[in-house]
Amino acid sequence: MTNADPILDIQNIEVVYNNTIQVLRGLSLSVPRGAIVALLGSNGAGKSTTLKAISRLLEMEKGELKSGDILFDGQSVRADTPHGLVRRGLFHVMEGRRIFEDLTVEENMIAATYAGSNAEARKRFDLVYEYFPRLFERRKGLAGYLSGGEQQMLAIGRALIANPKIILLDEPSLGLSPLLTEEIFSIIARINNEQKTSMLIVEQNAAMAFAVADYGYIMETGRIMLDGPTSVLTDDPDVQEFYLGMSGGDDAGHKSFRDIKHYKRRKRWLS
Amino acid sequence: MIDWLFFSEIGLAGLGTGGLYALTALGFVLIYKATRVINMAMGEILMLGAYVFMGFTASTLLPIWLSILLAIACTGLIGGVIERVIIRPMLGESEISVFMVTIGLGSVLVGLVELIWGANPQRLIEFIPKEPIFIGEAYLSSKIGYAFVTAAIVLAVFLAIFRTWRGGVALRATAGDQAAAYSMGINVPMVFSSVWVISAMIAAGAGILVGSIGGISPEMGVYGLSVLVVVIVGGLDSLLGALIAGLMVGLIETYAGAYLGGEYKLLATFSLLVLVLILRPYGLFGTHEIERL
Repeated sequence: MTNADPILDIQNIEVVYNNTIQVLRGLSLSVPRGAIVALLGSNGAGKSTTLKAISRLLEMEKGELKSGDILFDGQSVRADTPHGLVRRGLFHVMEGRRIFEDLTVEENMIAATYAGSNAEARKRFDLVYEYFPRLFERRKGLAGYLSGGEQQMLAIGRALIANPKIILLDEPSLGLSPLLTEEIFSIIARINNEQKTSMLIVEQNAAMAFAVADYGYIMETGRIMLDGPTSVLTDDPDVQEFYLGMSGGDDAGHKSFRDIKHYKRRKRWLS
Repeated sequence: MIDWLFFSEIGLAGLGTGGLYALTALGFVLIYKATRVINMAMGEILMLGAYVFMGFTASTLLPIWLSILLAIACTGLIGGVIERVIIRPMLGESEISVFMVTIGLGSVLVGLVELIWGANPQRLIEFIPKEPIFIGEAYLSSKIGYAFVTAAIVLAVFLAIFRTWRGGVALRATAGDQAAAYSMGINVPMVFSSVWVISAMIAAGAGILVGSIGGISPEMGVYGLSVLVVVIVGGLDSLLGALIAGLMVGLIETYAGAYLGGEYKLLATFSLLVLVLILRPYGLFGTHEIERL
């Protein structure tokens, strides 16, 4: 994707865990300022690893960025610490929401005030409550007792407190009902629109991600296989079949094993 | 017929002992609160603090108050080095591994102190005023009295800080989920360093007080085990719990010693431990694990 000055630019990165397992093999992608970019792929493709490589949380899991570079706001993240990056404006909402269960909803948000000045962050509490009125109702309660949807709201709310330039969202739809997923995604779109926050969203729910994203990347086994504006991707027959769950063409219903083999061959050929 | 004067004197002594327990427990609680690790080397760090103090008073002509401050600062520094060299590489590992590391650390510290200062028990320089304190008619040894006041002040300061300062939230967030705390801008390594430094400083202060009451020896780290009882009774992550359980254990231990005989001291405290664990497995003030159904 060509863009003059992307907020996030990943250039040909390789990530190895424990010095043995290579997860990312020359992955490149970029997120233009103010855009929502979706990153799709099957389980184990390396989507979460990509996000962790960006936010430097990889170190916690003995992962290492072997080659390539990641530019955030024009500067490499290599020399940065995870907390340093948050202060520069990059917020990673981790997979599984990762709220602090023993803390109240409000304390969860206080924990996010470390990204900037305390006074500045406190002003943003109202903003979070405006997007998520339910969090306001439950602000004194322990976060561990929130429902899954409310926990996801809290996870996104914490990101808002930090007033980031870009939010990395790892599977916001995880474990949520279709209705809640839709609600969360509509708020994500609103935040992007009103706060001008760029977003990189990792999703399994491709239909939902394409509904809000401007551009999409599809990855398999550690590299990008396909990318393009979401309008183009949604029309791609392979994407329709394998990610959007539409069975292609007229012979709806059954797919013979030969066709799947064909796809696998195609993938191998591409890689 | 109960001798009320005797009863209250024992009570005062018990509160004094309890104050020291509570102070040391604070060191445990801080580290646990931020890292979910029970630092088994706490007693040894306390012992080290007392020896460092002895080192300063024996070899220099510094005024006592300066020696105390220097000993506390040095032990804090040692705590920081321990964290940086031994605990930091364990970041992201399971708590039980770090727990085991602290057990080893305790042995290393005992060995170091024996190498430097020898294995024999020693006396600390007398620096606490000797005149006994009378509360009403009840007599209280001045050492225990001053120890109690010091412990009370330090605990009050910490309780106040944690009620108001957002750093308390940062500690608990780090304890809850290191990676998540990292991901929202909390400087996790810094949190680790600070709790180790502060805990070591508290331990050093407690060590100087404990040592000046009962003398010091490399085996003094066993004191940490008694305090572990306090911490478990109070709830591992509760400052208030540490305070109240400290006083409780101190009182029960001293009363048992006075009325039943010295051999009942441990029996009494451990009975309390068992009782509390049966009724409230997470301690009197500890946090419940949340299970959402």
